[in-house]
Amino acid sequence: MARKVLVLGEVRDGSLRNVSFEAVAAGKTASEGGEVVGVLIGDSVSALANEMIHYGADRVVTVEDEKLKQYTPDGFSQALMAVIDSESPEGLIFGHTALGKDLAPKIAAKLESGLISDVTSLEEAGGNLVFTRPIYSGKAFEKKIVTDGLLFATIRPNNIAPLEKDESRSGDVASVAAEIKDLRTIIKEIVRKASEGVDLSEAKVIIAGGRGVKSEEGFEPLKELASVLNGAVGASRGACDADYCDYSLQIGQTGKVVTPDLYIACGISGAIQHLAGMSNSKVIVAINKDPEANIFKVADYGIVGDLFEVVPLLTEEFKKLKVNA
Amino acid sequence: MNIYVLMKRTFDTEEKITISGGKINEDGAEFIINPYDEYAIEEAIQVRDANGGEVTVVSVGTEEAEKQLRTALAMGADKAVLINTEDDLEDGDQYTTAKILSEYLKDKDADLIIAGNVAIDGGSGQVGPRVAEILGISYVTTITKLDINGSSATVVRDVEGDSEVIETSLPLLVTAQQGLNEPRYPSLPGIMKAKKKPLDELELDDLDLDEDDVEAKTKTIEIYLPPKKEAGKVLEGELEDQVKELVKLLHTEAKVV
Repeated sequence: MARKVLVLGEVRDGSLRNVSFEAVAAGKTASEGGEVVGVLIGDSVSALANEMIHYGADRVVTVEDEKLKQYTPDGFSQALMAVIDSESPEGLIFGHTALGKDLAPKIAAKLESGLISDVTSLEEAGGNLVFTRPIYSGKAFEKKIVTDGLLFATIRPNNIAPLEKDESRSGDVASVAAEIKDLRTIIKEIVRKASEGVDLSEAKVIIAGGRGVKSEEGFEPLKELASVLNGAVGASRGACDADYCDYSLQIGQTGKVVTPDLYIACGISGAIQHLAGMSNSKVIVAINKDPEANIFKVADYGIVGDLFEVVPLLTEEFKKLKVNA
Repeated sequence: MNIYVLMKRTFDTEEKITISGGKINEDGAEFIINPYDEYAIEEAIQVRDANGGEVTVVSVGTEEAEKQLRTALAMGADKAVLINTEDDLEDGDQYTTAKILSEYLKDKDADLIIAGNVAIDGGSGQVGPRVAEILGISYVTTITKLDINGSSATVVRDVEGDSEVIETSLPLLVTAQQGLNEPRYPSLPGIMKAKKKPLDELELDDLDLDEDDVEAKTKTIEIYLPPKKEAGKVLEGELEDQVKELVKLLHTEAKVV
């Protein structure tokens, strides 16, 4: 059934997050030959519209207002509802990001619709659109369908491949007027703590440290390796609890759930709560002194050894690889 | 202060998951208060102790959730309410749960509602914001700090590692993130007292709801375990050679760098 699907693009520091393009790809599948309409909300976002079209959106609708400079549930839901009223979509796709997780349930409640959260793949099967999502912290998966009303899902970053960028694609960009008022939550301050550079939840490569890193300084070799691989640094709860790093780096059941292409676990024992946050990574490398460490059970490749010896050697080897490439 | 906590009974995080008859096998499994809801209960108790008032913990589920509600009472909550859907509902989704909870809460004049930001079993994180929207109150999700001052509130929200300082007012719904507090263990006197605290049980009828009113909008058609990972390759030999081999494997075999 061809349907019109709205895809919410997400803007961070003036550019579109990768998950926006993945959402367009998911929207394309969900539209089943219908129309994919990108939606951009912010104080100044229309310049980004064409990029959504290059990645597969048929056209883009923007809502711009000073009061939409920062995300608030009231402001963004007012903007999005104005778009929904004018477009009457049959499907909605957001990223399963801090913004998407916060906003999607509010929109679903307003529309009295279902919502399938944290989707890692979707496909047409037996006349239905089937959404796959992890449950029990990734220890199991469920397949879900929408039985009544709007097709509404949030997609987990890094799981659905974006469509190939085609800069020759063009489409209509229109703005929708919305009255943004009575915001009940006011952001007074934003304290940036997350690692500079690569966003952990969208990183293709993650170098994570555990208790074996031993100190704050112990993270330095991991940071060097991450920068060579253009990756991000993460941590186990043990490392965060021991104050070696900020909780914003924590990967696990509490903390972030990540699915990079390459996850290098350094000095991480592999408690079940940590595995819940990373075991769906495409390739896992474990570096640990203890050959019995649980992390080796989920690793594709393992090196039994001291991370302070292995990681710098790895950094050098990858540097050589980059030079030769 | 009239404080409500939304609580879910979940699998213990350490449990191994198996499937039988197309469902997650619950036989012999340990159940706990959803860990994020523990933060919610602790925060509610602390807010009450600082501002006065009453903490009511509400759960939608089966009578088996009584055990976790008693634990919440033993931690220090004043009342518990179980909305027992065992006889009425086969399969609900987040639409269902949110609708039931808001129907219960709509005439309770709650000043503050606290929930966990996500349940570790279903992992949707929808019910809190949905309930706030249905009740027409504002919400802040994944909070790590809450300061109540009269009818206004300052909240710190975790946004993928960054922190937002947000000002808002009551009534308010917040969802708890790790780091909000350190949940207490029930004390022995707390456990004794909990036995005498009220634990009411309601059914959909008591809320003037029919099954049709709360019928799920989505349906699970299959549950499966991820394919078991084959044992990985632990490299051998001199460390330098292992590292060289690893980089080669990642480049040519796994093709991730």
